[in-house]
This record gives sequence, structure tokens and C-alpha cells, in this order.
Amino acid sequence: MSTKKNSIQSFFSALPKNIFSGFVVSLIALPLGLGLAMASEAPPISGIIAAVVGGLLVSIFGGSHVTISGPGNGLVGVLLVAITTLGIQGAYAAIICSGVLLVLLGFLRMGKLADFFPSSAIQGMLAAIGLIILGKQFHIMLGNKLSLDGSVAYLLAIPETIQGVFTYADPGLTFAAVSGVLSLAIMVFYSKIRNQYLQLIPAPMWIVLLSIGFSYYCEVVLQQPNPISAMYMISGIPSANQIVAEIPVPSFSGIGSLSFWTSVLALTLIASIESLLSIKAVDKLDPQKRRSNVNRDLKALGLATVGSGFLGGLNVVTVIARSSVNVNNGGSNRSANFMHALFLVIFIVLFSAQLTRIPLPALMAILVYTGYKLASPALVRKIFSVGKEQLLIFFTTLLATLFIDLITGIIAGLIITFMIHVLVNKGASVFIRNFLKPNVLMFQEKESGNYYVSVKHFCSFLNFYKLKQKLEDVPEDKDVVIDFSMCQFVDHTVMENISGYQDVFARRGGNFEVIGLDLHGTDSKHPFALRKLIPGLTKRSGALTKRQLTLQEISKDFNLQYQAEKSEDVRFLDGFKYFSTKKIERIYNRLFNTENTFKLFDINYSEGEFIAKEDVRTTMLHIKLNGVVPGFTLDQEGFLEKVSAFAGFKDIAIENHSDFSKRFYLRGEDPVAIQAFFTDNLVLFFESNPYYHIESNGTSVLVYSKERVAGVKEIKNLHDFGKRLQTELLVCAQNPG
Amino acid sequence: MFKASLVLIHIGEASKEKSATFASYLAPFSKDGLVAKVVFSPGEPVGAILESVKQKGIDLLILGALQRENFLKYYIGSIARKITRKASCSVMLLINPSIEPLPCKHIVVNGLEDEKTPATISAAFFVAEALSSEKITIVEEVYNTDIGNVQDDKSLRKSTLLKEKISRREDSRIQKILEDIPQKHKENKQVGTQPIFGKRGYSIGHYAQVVRADLLVMNAPKASVFWDRLFPHDLEHILTELPTDILIVQ
Repeated sequence: MSTKKNSIQSFFSALPKNIFSGFVVSLIALPLGLGLAMASEAPPISGIIAAVVGGLLVSIFGGSHVTISGPGNGLVGVLLVAITTLGIQGAYAAIICSGVLLVLLGFLRMGKLADFFPSSAIQGMLAAIGLIILGKQFHIMLGNKLSLDGSVAYLLAIPETIQGVFTYADPGLTFAAVSGVLSLAIMVFYSKIRNQYLQLIPAPMWIVLLSIGFSYYCEVVLQQPNPISAMYMISGIPSANQIVAEIPVPSFSGIGSLSFWTSVLALTLIASIESLLSIKAVDKLDPQKRRSNVNRDLKALGLATVGSGFLGGLNVVTVIARSSVNVNNGGSNRSANFMHALFLVIFIVLFSAQLTRIPLPALMAILVYTGYKLASPALVRKIFSVGKEQLLIFFTTLLATLFIDLITGIIAGLIITFMIHVLVNKGASVFIRNFLKPNVLMFQEKESGNYYVSVKHFCSFLNFYKLKQKLEDVPEDKDVVIDFSMCQFVDHTVMENISGYQDVFARRGGNFEVIGLDLHGTDSKHPFALRKLIPGLTKRSGALTKRQLTLQEISKDFNLQYQAEKSEDVRFLDGFKYFSTKKIERIYNRLFNTENTFKLFDINYSEGEFIAKEDVRTTMLHIKLNGVVPGFTLDQEGFLEKVSAFAGFKDIAIENHSDFSKRFYLRGEDPVAIQAFFTDNLVLFFESNPYYHIESNGTSVLVYSKERVAGVKEIKNLHDFGKRLQTELLVCAQNPG
Repeated sequence: MFKASLVLIHIGEASKEKSATFASYLAPFSKDGLVAKVVFSPGEPVGAILESVKQKGIDLLILGALQRENFLKYYIGSIARKITRKASCSVMLLINPSIEPLPCKHIVVNGLEDEKTPATISAAFFVAEALSSEKITIVEEVYNTDIGNVQDDKSLRKSTLLKEKISRREDSRIQKILEDIPQKHKENKQVGTQPIFGKRGYSIGHYAQVVRADLLVMNAPKASVFWDRLFPHDLEHILTELPTDILIVQ
């Protein structure tokens, strides 16, 4: 009961902030809603209706915390097609059906749907949507209304329109173009000017305010009509009474046709992908680090879409830009979304007449900027840096979307991605054979409480959901080690998602480490590049993994040198009994000091030969000592398999330290020397520190813990232990007995 | 080691030459007191072997098997697998048989909630004693269906608590089974338990591979029908991949 009371209390104490943040968001939502609706060739008010219905319903029934819902830019392309083929009333029916499908997706727990699409393909699709928006609105922004066939034609006509601007005979058109260019300039330069007063009002609202102000200035001060051509003013903003009186009736007459259902499918697909991606991105921004219930959100969005469709509004999706504004302005719970909807209602009720004073080009400049952001050259550069093959996926999806349609585009993206994966792996067998296998194992390591996740065979967009399912089960404040060493192939989608998890874990006090990728080959230096395990790889490609980069970093902190390249010079490991039955293949990722007396390294060795051969990769620490110490092996009692080579030697008891003798297994060839060597201090040191397996070959010691590569955090622990052990041993070696 | 007699089943006609070869193979062991006989049973391998198993009242069938079936080797591999599916006795599959016996240091055994499990675990201890293995890990598999779906912070907390509860419950169940194992078999061994989260049957193989176990001991499956081949579960997963040597206890 008290927790409930507390939550009500905290809700009310956070309410003022949420009201404010909802207000700021509504300032953007107003022009965006109008613009997006007009770009889709729907009545401008339908965008506002979607935002209002979405804000009210999703804030009540949704499962996320700081997201804002409303009309989305991803849907512009699909809605455009739906409205042109089905008519506006048919489109409302399609919107309602897609809402029902969204609710179904929510009940079927298809929140993982977005994970099945390769990220480069999604980027390509979004870029295509960006180009569709940009291509169409660019002409209106410059006062040249066109009606062409297909989105590519609009793009190709851009140079003509730019030339045409300078030859307008009608000054009204020139003024329209000027207002468009000025608005675009506001959008572009707004983020570059850091002025606290200017930043109080978001850029789109500045455009609205300035253009309305200009219109009043002409009317009241100059006493003359607005110089911008009347054709280029927003028309048809009904008053609040009209909206209620003129709710359109959706027409379900096209429900039997194929084009109707293609539209429904496309709307559902894009709405769910856009929403899921936005929720995922917004969760990373949430200062309170909460996890959203995506399935519940899908249900709420579906419900809101149905409601919006019946009231004459567009699809409701979760939108990233408005949500981030919400977070930046202190929105902390769903009431901000609710408030943004209420403020929109207030704006329409009070100012619907003023809104007709906004010139269209100004509004479209906002959309041109949005479209450019979706398809910016910087994005292409970023994808190129990940790898050439990602660029191929990106452009295939982009072109297929532009020239054919969205669904074809995303399917083309899926196919080309899979084909590239088959090419990279020189065959589809690894995918076909292992596609249905549950390739992810997770368990909690008993001694440390770490979650250990091992992935087998391959991990790509095809089966990432299996890995994701396991990772979702881990509280984000825990330590996770994910091991890809048994995985032949890891693709870019997985690498990018894994990096997302790393961020989330880091923010919530956990630790998320990826191991076992150091031997995978890549084409580019980008940390998200796809990786493939190449057996017997002789020449490693230059790209370092994230772990290697971190090792490089910490080597500086520790005053050590770092070398990622493998080294065959492993003579310093001679004389250790541990390796007497093992073959050392190579050591790599070395961290060492200048005198080469303190070495941390990853080592790859094998046990057995031919069919019984087992490859092991692990991390070890080698300390060279100045003095001479007796040869010994120290283990946690019970870890017998590590020291089979010492079989025959008994556990050496140290006098007066029965607890030490009980917990540790100490063996060596010369019990007397060892007993003398293990002074009280040394025994105490071992007793009070974590267990490591320690072996001495007479002149140096080898310290290691697990038969797998250590994560960065574990390496730091090992380094710390090693440093202290070194001092202890040096003391003992100098004062024997 | 097991104080058992050995029956070699050879598929093919009996001949003097073959008998002599077998005799020479067996000679060094016979000296140590091994009772062995060779059975020649001509015919189709799977049927013949299963038939002899029934006739002779054999308790343990040892088969060599290939880790991965490709088309060339499919035949050999599939015999081992077919027999495993149908055999009425316990079966041991060796993925890398060698003349020098490899030490079997670490045994992983399943701890499913099943009536056969206590017998399987005690068999594992018996084998461990005979092969002087040093470590036995009993793996409890926790399924996703038991822990519910994680959707947000609330369900995550719930499922984490539930997971711990299930782990504890499984652990106490295993401990009870362990109490019944003769003390003699438990000596000199490190006995551990490990709950894992994954797909039933498959993940234990994956686990055995991760910890580099030498032998995996599993319950025998319930009668397998064609349906199971299409939707592989439990043992079928292990049989398609054979991560380690496997002992299936009937």
C-alpha cells in the first residue's frame, strides 16, 4: 500500500515538469502533424487528430515511459500510396485494419518483430522514405506545386524547380519560395546556435510563430495583403466544432481488393518497425533507466490507431524526435504524452484560425529537413565505414523501395543480406543446417555469479531473437560475458545490437563483455563490421575488436605495452608442467612491461591431436622473478584436472595453517623447500585473495583462472592480483624461510 | 574395470581369418581376465545388432560415431544413431575412440525432473568411479516456459526471483538424489551442480562443449516417432551434433 501511495506522490511531484515538457513537445507536434498529414495528401488536421488520440490512449494503456506518440514520418510514403489508390475514406478503413493488426501483434508478443530485419536494410528503407518525403516537398517548399508520377520523378525534377525559382513571374510565388528557404535555414542553423532564449522554443515552432507574425505584420502594420500567394497558404483547418461535426466515415468498400490489404500490411509493418525502433532508442535516453514493455505499447498503439482512423486521423506510432524532446525537457512519465495531446486540443480550439496564416512552403521546409536527416550523406558514410557489403544492402533496399514499393524494398533487403552472408561464408550450409537449432546457452557461473552466454554456429539477423531472448532475461546491473568463440559467423545487425546492450548495461551499473571475436576476420575497421571465423587464419586483418581496443587503452593505464599480433615465441612458457601435455599454438593480445618480466596474454593451445584435438583459448599472466623459487602448483582444492602432470605428488601441508591446507592444493617436487618458501605472509596473501591457479617453474610463475578468454574486467583483476603477488613473491624469494 | 564380459558384434559372415584377427586384438586384455566372445551376425547392421543385443541380454552397447554426418559418412553415422534410438539397453557413443584410452576427467550428467534421472545419475557415478573421473557436474535445465516472459522491469524482477526459486528447488531435488548415491562413489570427486537456461536437451550438449566435458550422461528417450525427427528435441539434438562422448542410460 505504501509503495502505491509513494508512487502517486511522486507522480504528482513530477507532474509540473511533465506538463511543461508536454507543452514543448506539442509545439513541435503541431507543425509536424500538419506537415506530415499534408505530405501524405491527407487533410492537415488528420495529423493532429492522430497525435491527440495517440497521446491520450497510449499514455493510458501504453507500456513505455517517456515516449511520445503521433503521426510518424516513416508512414508518409505508404499513406500516400494508400490515399491515392483507395481514396481518403478507403485509407481510413486501411488505417483501422492496420490498427487491429497492431493490437494482434501486441497480443502475439511480436515486439521482437523489428529484430528480424537486418539493420542496414532498415536504414535503407528509412533513407528511401526520407527521399520520398524530401523529393515531394522540395517543390512545394520552393513554390512549385507539381503532380508527377512516382517518387523518383519528383527527385529528378529538383534541379528544374531550383532553376525555375529565378524565373517566377508571379511575385507571390517568389515570396513563397523565400519563406520556404528561410524556414529551411532556421531548421538547419537552429541546432548550431546555442542561445538559451532561442532554444526555449523548438525550431518548427519558430517557423510557425514567425510566419504567423509576418502575416499579422502585413495585415495590421503595412495594411496590405500577405505577399505570399494565397495558393500557398495552409487551407482547410477546420475549427473544433467543425472537426466534431464532420468526422469522416471510413469506407470499407475496398476491403476485398488486393491493393487494400497491401496498404494495410505496409502500414502495419512500417508502423510497428518505426515504433519498435523508436521505443528501443528512447529507452536508452530515459534518465531513470526503465525498460519499456514493447508488447503492451504495440497494443496501445494499435488501439490508438483504430480510434484515430474512426475519427479521421492517421496511424499512430511512437516517434523518436518528439520523444527525445520530451526527455530533454524533463518529461519523466506518461503524463507528458497525455499533456502534449491536451495542449494540441487547446491550440486547435483557440488558434485554428491563426494556423491558416502559415505558408505551406514554410511548413514543408520542416519536412524537407526531416527527409534529409533520414537520408543524409553522413548516414551513407557511416554505413560505408562498416563495410562495403552493408552499403550494397543499403542501396538495394533504398532503390527497391524508391522504384517499386516499401514491402518489396524490405524483402529485397532481406534477400540481398542473406545472399551476402552466404557468399561471405562460401555456402549456405552453415545457415541451413543450424537455422532451427537453439544455438544459445546461458548459465550463471557459480563461483562469480556472472552470466555466461555462449553462442554456437552462427548469429545473424535470422536468429538474433534467440540470443536477445536470453539477454533480456538478465538484469542490467549484472555482469554478462558473451562468448562467440564457437560461432563461425556474426553479422553487423548482431554486432550493432550487442553494442546497444553494452551501452544499456554500462548505464545501469552492469558489465557486458564480448569475448571470442579476436580471431574472427573482418573487412573493415569498424567495430560493428560482420565477423567470420576463418580456420587456420594466417594473416589477421587489421581491424581490432572492441576488447582489443580496450586492452590497448588499459595498457596505457598500467604502463604496459600492448601488442595484438600473435607471437609464436612461447619459449618463456617452457618448464611449466601445465603445458607438458599441451601444444601451444600462439599467444596474442600481449600486455607487457619494458623489461618483459610481467606479461598478460591470451593464449591458444591445443590438447590431443587429430580427432581428439581440443582447442583452448584462455588468458594468463606470466611473471618472471629475479630470485629462485621452488617449483610448485597451487590450486583450489578439488581442481584436480589442471595438475594431472603432477600426479603422484601429495598435497603439501603447511604447518600451523590447516585452513590453507584444506582450501588449497599445493604440490611440488621438493616439499621441504616449498614448506620453507611458504611464509606466513604468503599464506595469508593467498588466503585473503580470490582463487587463481598458480604454477611456478623455478624462475617464473604463471597465473590463470578459467579455460576461456578473460573479459576486460577479469583482466584488470588478474593484473591487480599479479602485481601484488609479484611483490609478495619477491619478498619471499629474497628472504627464504 | 566394470567387471563385465565383452561381446563383440561383427556384421558379416564368420570366417577363420576374422576370428584370428579379433583374437589377436583381444589377447592383451584376456590376460587381464577379460571374458570376451565374438558374435558374427550377417545381415542388415541395425537390425542385426539390435537382435543380438536382445538375444545375449547385453547391458551396454558401445558404438563409434562420427561427430558430424556428411553425405559420404552418413551411412556409418546413421547406423550409430539408428541403434541409439531403438536400442533396449544403455548405449555409449564414442566420437573419438582411440587405442590409448583418453582420461575421462569431467562427466556432465543431466538432472531432468524425470523418473529415470536418479538411475542415470547413479550410473554416472558408477562410471565415474570406474574411469576414475575427477569431476561430475549435474546440470539442471530451466526452461523458458517455466520462468515466463520478460517484458519490462516488473516482469524481469519476477522472473529473476522465479529463476532463483527454481534453481533452489532443482538443487534440493538433486541433493536428495545425491544422498542415495553410495559414499564410495562420491569420494575423491568434485561434485557440482549447475542450472542452465536453454532449450531442453540441446543446451546440455552445448554446456558440455563449453566446459569441455569428456562424457555426457543422459536419460534414454521415450520411444521416438517420426514426428520427433521433424521437430527434434531432447536426445535428437544431441545426436545430430554429438558434442562429446555420450552414455545413454536405459
